[in-house]
Amino acid sequence: MDVLTTPLTAFSQYFSKSDYVLALPMILLTVFALGILMIDLMLPEEWKRLNALTALIGLGFSAAAVFRIHSLLGPEVSCIPGFFGTVVMDRFAVYFFYLFLVGAAVAVLMSVKYLEIERENHGEYYALILFSVIGMMAMACGYDIIMLFIGLELMALSTYVLVGFLRRDQRSNEAALKYLILGAFSSGIFAYGLSLFYGLTGSTNLGTIAQGLEKRISANPNDPVVIFALLAVSTGLLFKIAAVPFHQWAPDAYEGAPTAITGFMSVAVKSAAWALLLRMFLFGFYPLRALYVPMLIFVALATLTGGNLAAITQTNTKRLLAYSSIAHVGYMLLGLIASDGTSNTTGIKGIMFYLLVYTFMNLGAFAVIASLRRREIIGDDLDDLAGLYKKAPVEAVLMLIFLLSLAGIPPLAGFYGKYFIFLSLVETGHFALAGIAVLYAVVGLYYYLKMANAMFMREETTAEPVKSSPSMSLALAICAIGTIGIGLFPNVFIELVNWSMSGANAATIAQLMH
Amino acid sequence: MVPLSWYLLLSAFLFASGVAGFLIRRNIITIFMSIELMLNGVNLAFIAFATVRHSLNGNVFVFFVMVVAAAEAAVGLAIIIAVYRTRETLNVDRVNLLKL
Repeated sequence: MDVLTTPLTAFSQYFSKSDYVLALPMILLTVFALGILMIDLMLPEEWKRLNALTALIGLGFSAAAVFRIHSLLGPEVSCIPGFFGTVVMDRFAVYFFYLFLVGAAVAVLMSVKYLEIERENHGEYYALILFSVIGMMAMACGYDIIMLFIGLELMALSTYVLVGFLRRDQRSNEAALKYLILGAFSSGIFAYGLSLFYGLTGSTNLGTIAQGLEKRISANPNDPVVIFALLAVSTGLLFKIAAVPFHQWAPDAYEGAPTAITGFMSVAVKSAAWALLLRMFLFGFYPLRALYVPMLIFVALATLTGGNLAAITQTNTKRLLAYSSIAHVGYMLLGLIASDGTSNTTGIKGIMFYLLVYTFMNLGAFAVIASLRRREIIGDDLDDLAGLYKKAPVEAVLMLIFLLSLAGIPPLAGFYGKYFIFLSLVETGHFALAGIAVLYAVVGLYYYLKMANAMFMREETTAEPVKSSPSMSLALAICAIGTIGIGLFPNVFIELVNWSMSGANAATIAQLMH
Repeated sequence: MVPLSWYLLLSAFLFASGVAGFLIRRNIITIFMSIELMLNGVNLAFIAFATVRHSLNGNVFVFFVMVVAAAEAAVGLAIIIAVYRTRETLNVDRVNLLKL
């Protein structure tokens, strides 16, 4: 036998061709990220924006690879397991892949001019964005706690660096430090919880963990070890989605990070954390539903209260939007409470639709704030918005659209996000929770309109003009089209969410794996 | 053979001292070391379970946790150096520009 082919045949015993197709979106992103790192060394200072182009091409190729997987998932194929069941490519994962890629692409477009103004235009920035998207993908399609943990850490480590990317800026450093320390701490707690689940069930596969937990919990519904492990893992997950009382890092990290990264963190990183949370709670821990729902109700109410009330008093727009994003997490948690995972999936659909809508409207709001960054003006204070309508009417009107959408005013996209959450609460009889959520939506309107008031009613404080760049205009256009388009034609997107949910339940996957 | 519960007690002790150190100490480097201690507690628990259950997955997880801890230390120390350069302090209480 040929010496060269022997290791190859041995290798091909373990990996099939379909495994490569599943990993292709991630492989392509890795190649492009490494490519950026190398090309960056050869580029002169004035050509650095080519790195952004390379990143966009990489995201495009990755999207094409995702579409390939998308087309393999026909009407009768609901999921493709790969790599010995450590990866499950189902419609749920594909849906999130698209969300991450859109979020990353818009963040890249927002960054081009911003980095030039900050004089920190390095290729590593774009490479790190791509690396964090790879981590997110591993979080969305992983079906093994090892895979999920690696994905989480890859995403988190890349984001820590991105938050502190303005290394000469004290605020950016401080934000990175706080995010890193609290993030590493929560990962430690998360990993400890995972070790206990591994000990309880003897497996790292989510499906096997679910079966083991089912046996364990039917023998003793209040098993203290199970409760402790669940608390540890939930702490880690709730930290990553920035739910109260694990939210302290979010306002600091959001305020100090470069604005484009703040936008990226608030949509893509958050969606990835949600993908992981949904994967674990609906697939791995569904036998523990009776244990985690009361806990989630407490967390959701605390999140809605904490996020909305703290946002009222903020004077920094990035910090205000950070608290508003905490409040949005509260609404999404209500969707998880309302859905029982099997018979009623409106809540889960609501969360996924909410994340889609939120990607466009929140990135849009951050894009407007990023476009206010000029030489000598940071542009993230509420006063910097004053008189924006006179200076830059297009930006001001777009900001108004994003803010109204965030507040949930019909016919904008944000309304449908909240609508499905409230619908799921009413369908499952959680009338009190629905009432509280509507009440907080009114509170939310107050601080969003406070920002609108500054833009349209107040006199401008500086005469410095706001100049837009082509890439920023494109980013704003994508966000605006998304926000208005989903609002006007919600059916197209509801179909997409329905598609991603069909067949994506633990029972189908368990059947395929064994 | 040493029973499983001893390993688990030691792992819980390591983890708890890590958490305590994280909450009590004010020096950034010490806080960082406490986090590493927590991860070591996790590793010990995984190894103990893997041995008792005769499954390799726990051992594999430990390798990945070690890789993650190393990467975290690299990124963390870089960020700590950047903080030190702009502020000349390693006390977390004095890194307080961002407030409510």
